[in-house]
Amino acid sequence: MATVFKKTPLLTDAVLHYCPGCGHGIVHRLVAECLEELGIGDKAVAVVPVGCSVFAYRYFNVDSQEAAHGRAPAVATGIKRVHPENVVFTYQGDGDLASIGTAEIVHAAHRGEKITTIFINNAIYGMTGGQMAPTTLVGQKTTTSPYGRDKDWCGSPIRMAEMLATIDGSAYIERVAVNNTKNIVRAKAAIKKAFQTQIEGKGFSLIEVLSNCPTNWGLSPAESMEWLEQNMIPYYPLGVKKDTTKED
Amino acid sequence: MAKEFMKGCEAIAEAAIQAGCHYFFGYPITPQTEVPEYMAAKLPKIGGCFLQAESEVAAINMVYGAAGAGARVMTSSSSPGVSLKLEGISYLAGAELPAVIVNMMRGGPGLGSIQASQGDYFQTTKGGGHGDYHVIALAPSTVQEAIDLMQDAFDLADMYRTPTMLLADGTIGQMMEPVEFKPREKRTDLPAKDWATTGWGPNSNRPRAVVNSLYIETEELQEMNDRLQARYRMIEEKETRVELYNVEDAEVILCAYGTVARICKSAVALAAKQGVKVGLVRPITIWPFPKKAVHDTIAQDSVKTVITIEISAGQMVEDVRLAVNGEKEVQFFGKPGSYCPTAEEICEKIMEMRRA
Repeated sequence: MATVFKKTPLLTDAVLHYCPGCGHGIVHRLVAECLEELGIGDKAVAVVPVGCSVFAYRYFNVDSQEAAHGRAPAVATGIKRVHPENVVFTYQGDGDLASIGTAEIVHAAHRGEKITTIFINNAIYGMTGGQMAPTTLVGQKTTTSPYGRDKDWCGSPIRMAEMLATIDGSAYIERVAVNNTKNIVRAKAAIKKAFQTQIEGKGFSLIEVLSNCPTNWGLSPAESMEWLEQNMIPYYPLGVKKDTTKED
Repeated sequence: MAKEFMKGCEAIAEAAIQAGCHYFFGYPITPQTEVPEYMAAKLPKIGGCFLQAESEVAAINMVYGAAGAGARVMTSSSSPGVSLKLEGISYLAGAELPAVIVNMMRGGPGLGSIQASQGDYFQTTKGGGHGDYHVIALAPSTVQEAIDLMQDAFDLADMYRTPTMLLADGTIGQMMEPVEFKPREKRTDLPAKDWATTGWGPNSNRPRAVVNSLYIETEELQEMNDRLQARYRMIEEKETRVELYNVEDAEVILCAYGTVARICKSAVALAAKQGVKVGLVRPITIWPFPKKAVHDTIAQDSVKTVITIEISAGQMVEDVRLAVNGEKEVQFFGKPGSYCPTAEEICEKIMEMRRA
């Protein structure tokens, strides 16, 4: 029988612990496929965060380090400075990257650290059960914003991709989404481009991936993809925010 | 090799380089800033990496990444900065990573002062960060000893896959002394770092490397903790170090470490002039604490008076009392903050505290 589809060997056979309908599974696959297609599986080192993707070292079939909450870019810096020939990436959620780890991500970009960050923005803390994140939309109800996020009390959601794009050391920054096939195809191309940016030694690269959290949003998987389209994309516009890779 | 006249911080940095440490991640803080400055000047010239991190928190996590990638790596800081590093030190312990941390203690709590202090004894020996872990803690009392211990620190870290701390104080960091870098033979008995994340594929001759301190299953976490505790017992058995100075048949025993211990030696000489035989027990490893040596020295029939002396409100004295286990009274002399006693003051205290 002809093989029409094969899971990339850069994902292990471990059963994912993610909730049904969660976007993490999609993004894991995109990342692993990019590593395979670029032929860098044996050079890759994953740095995984605290949050829903805390077990990602079980799934990415590459050498991995588990970082403390928010510190993945610092850990990745240590690895990359020791072995510049490795392709080092962090995989972080929005609590990890946009809240507790803002100093580490800003300064990794500021140094032009030659690492790649895959940043999953699902507008909520998933692992701890649905608390407000810096990325939670105004009016969005979470367990710690039970009346909806109040802009005057908690501020407006933070746009990390745009902010990091202002930093000179950032070489490639793009925001993508995984809510439909077209966007998933675009997301994969962006992730590949980010890894290429690192391989070519051009500087810091980050892909912000708008993803869903059906469990903590209280929606079905299909409804959550629709919610993402209707609510997140208008506030977090997709597209390339920074690209210095063509410059000399 | 000829003696050189060097400042403590710089001598420590040079000792680290000579011990094969080519990676340094740190952040400026007085009184240890000469360590990163020295590294910034030297490491690029030998193909190493000095990186000034955005914070102590980032620095210790860079150390984690580099250690996990198999490098000999260190950071240095002073008390408030070490407080920030404790999270990372706990993760280093949990992930069983070798790394060296220098703490050039200054006065506290809070922002405290920039003068020497010994207020971080509890923080260093009782864990500091979360969870059941220890760091090997080496406490030099001279710049020369700081050099020698710095070289040992990397070997100990590698041997036991554990963070190891050089616990000095601002005086040692800032003082200039004649020192000698003794040539050392490279240890050949250190375990291979086949657990390091250097890149892995199906053709690699080792399992996929995962550097991690997360053990979500109770049994697995228990197993990891049992492994750590067994290692700590082995370290206690094999690596405990202490100096016994003039202790035989002493009437008074002083217990002190670091700079204070050195001053105590002068006090021992002053007391001798007054006809009082005073000895000194100086822990060189404050963890593992030399319980047996402290106990046995103090248990001598000749010993009538025991005084622990620290630049603190009394921290190590608790371990001395535990070691003595109520067999004799252990008195304390010292002040918290940054007040360093003179030999004359210590001698006066000895006379005052002596048992009739």
